[in-house]
Amino acid sequence: MEITGSKILLECLLEQGVDTVFGYPGGTILNVYDELYNYSDKINHILTSHEQGAAHAADGYARSTGKVGVCFATSGPGATNLTTGIATAYMDSSPVVFITCNVAEHLLGKDSFQEVDITGITMPITKANYVVRDVNKLADIVREAFAIARSGRPGPVLIDILKNVTALKAEYEPLDKKEHYKSGRMMKLAQRVLNDFRTPEPDKNDIDILVDMINKSERPMIISGGGVVRARAYDEMEEFVNKIDAPVAITVMGGGGVNGRNPHTTGMIGMHGSQASNMGCDGCDLLIAIGCRFSDRVALDPETFAKNAKIVQIDIDRSEINKNVMTDHHIIGDAKHVLQMLNASLTQQTHKEWNKYVFSFPVETIYDDVEGKMTPKQVLSCIARMMPDDTIVSTDVGQHQMWAIQHFHFDYPGQLLTSGGFGAMGFGLGAAIGAQIGNPDKAVIHITGDGSFRMNCNELATEEHYNLPIITFIFDNSTLGMVRQWQNLIYEKHYCQTTLDRGPDFVKLAEAYGLKGKRVSTVKELEEAITEAREWGKGYVVDCLIDTDEMVRPMVAAANPITKFIIC
Amino acid sequence: MGEARLQTLAILVDNEAGVLSQISRLFSRKGYNIESLAVGATEHQEVSRITVEVITDEEHINLLVNQLSKLIPVHNVRMLTDREGLKRELVMIKVKADAGDKRNELMQIANIFRASIVDVSLGALTIAIIGDEQKITGLVKILSQFEILELVRTGVIALERGQMTIYDDTKEKGEFNYGKNVL
Repeated sequence: MEITGSKILLECLLEQGVDTVFGYPGGTILNVYDELYNYSDKINHILTSHEQGAAHAADGYARSTGKVGVCFATSGPGATNLTTGIATAYMDSSPVVFITCNVAEHLLGKDSFQEVDITGITMPITKANYVVRDVNKLADIVREAFAIARSGRPGPVLIDILKNVTALKAEYEPLDKKEHYKSGRMMKLAQRVLNDFRTPEPDKNDIDILVDMINKSERPMIISGGGVVRARAYDEMEEFVNKIDAPVAITVMGGGGVNGRNPHTTGMIGMHGSQASNMGCDGCDLLIAIGCRFSDRVALDPETFAKNAKIVQIDIDRSEINKNVMTDHHIIGDAKHVLQMLNASLTQQTHKEWNKYVFSFPVETIYDDVEGKMTPKQVLSCIARMMPDDTIVSTDVGQHQMWAIQHFHFDYPGQLLTSGGFGAMGFGLGAAIGAQIGNPDKAVIHITGDGSFRMNCNELATEEHYNLPIITFIFDNSTLGMVRQWQNLIYEKHYCQTTLDRGPDFVKLAEAYGLKGKRVSTVKELEEAITEAREWGKGYVVDCLIDTDEMVRPMVAAANPITKFIIC
Repeated sequence: MGEARLQTLAILVDNEAGVLSQISRLFSRKGYNIESLAVGATEHQEVSRITVEVITDEEHINLLVNQLSKLIPVHNVRMLTDREGLKRELVMIKVKADAGDKRNELMQIANIFRASIVDVSLGALTIAIIGDEQKITGLVKILSQFEILELVRTGVIALERGQMTIYDDTKEKGEFNYGKNVL
């Protein structure tokens, strides 16, 4: 049957089981939206306020559901507005397929209206990207794009379709997702690297070596990273941690990969890591990092990082091995699979003395109570107490992000949505919208700062329109807190351009968008606000006033040994 | 960190638009200047072979190979050492030769180097030579005593000695492909 490119695209989305798309229409993608009109019963399109919001929403949807997110945008500015969202998904290995349309073939390369070389721009921030110039190749490319986005180490893929291609007709045969690899581009890819068609099988010998290392170790330590979350290896991780009786630290991306309430958990590691995590990492004789790439926020100084330990890296991506930190042993494979194999070979270990040593250091920072002021810890404890245990937490970037990861217990993969690698302020609200759409039965909260929130608060309109009961908590300290903290500690208190002594009034802003809001400065007021928000059942903004000089503690300055705390 | 030296990589890629820029971007992002680059189709029309030379140490070349292998259009990556690689380059050198005796002298030099004279005019002579780095440097050094008007190089191409090919599933290559996870 001959159908248009637009119809082929939407049929291909249905092949993949896609029922939700985030996006924003425009001139060149009009044909696709015209066809979408006929598919409104099968594909739910969420219109955001800005393409960046759509990109983050698709990302948040993917992270929280484990499915591939899909995002539409038009050419030119529509496409470039996606780039922050694409880079965020790339750095955190989130599977999202971005579909943009470009000007028609005869206008290409002529600096036409709203023309931009988006595949050129996104080359360094996508796993793969495509320009579709031939309608006959469209279905094949879309199928490959989805396979690449979700396979191995997941990541974003961009497909740029020329406008004329969306109108031209071609033969289309529906094909079951399982059959895709048997034809076209995917077949060629599969033939070319036959051994890599599936996620690599962990090498049994490599596993045995690690088991031996664990058996010989007296002071083992584990770091659980984003790869564990992505592999949904929660149960395997729990068993592994208990079996080798080792302290386990999480990275920013690792929140939810390991049971936050397991007594072996030492909290976050790195720049704002707990003393227990950082001291443990320094004192251990075997460091097992799973799905972690030793970013410069974890291994601040690669030379002294875990200097007394043999370092073992378990990762799905070969190119991460020895990239940032030189390791002694590595296993290539999916975290879940590797952990299953390890658990099967391991016997129960005990390391009483070692655990006692690590947990002699604080796992959580104690903040002094200041009369009349709320501490971040008080705010977060109150939220945790009042909200259901399985609440999805989306954060922006800055002090509030670190506080949230330090003080919340994350209980399952996909519960924490945060821009760990790219550190994109303005990620949170879009991601929360995506998460709420993908998880209508769960509570979703958005933790942000006054700086981050100001960046993309336009998405409150989306939240209101789709009746999403997201509660936004603003850690409002009237400053760009994290930058101010650096200025305070490292730049001689030169508070240059970080003071946010300006509007808007966030409560009035919420009301302007048709939502409710409340400004709170005590825990009691906060409790009342949360109760009101839960009863109200729509979007709600809580503006939590906290002290301007409150800092994230502990802190290790960049490029310093992990134990050299400048504040505790 | 090891000693930085000239490294040669052979890369098989999809013969498609945009692939070369994807490859070269990876080098530029890490701050490596590409010393030499040669690209052309192989015996399979849909596959191109890129030969690239960069100056770096052992550790970084391994990271580069891993990251190259991860790119979807890349089929195979092979490091070729001087010992196992046959390397050739074609160079054309236009030398000023406005007097008869100069032309004679240049022709003799070309003969010794088994280079060929591909163009003669009253003012200049163009010499073409095929060879490895050593041979070409030698010729250029001698010719620089004359006046070199223009010089152009194709970039090094390299092939493995013996019956082994880039397609062979060697241990080393298996390591590199190991983490590729294409599907």
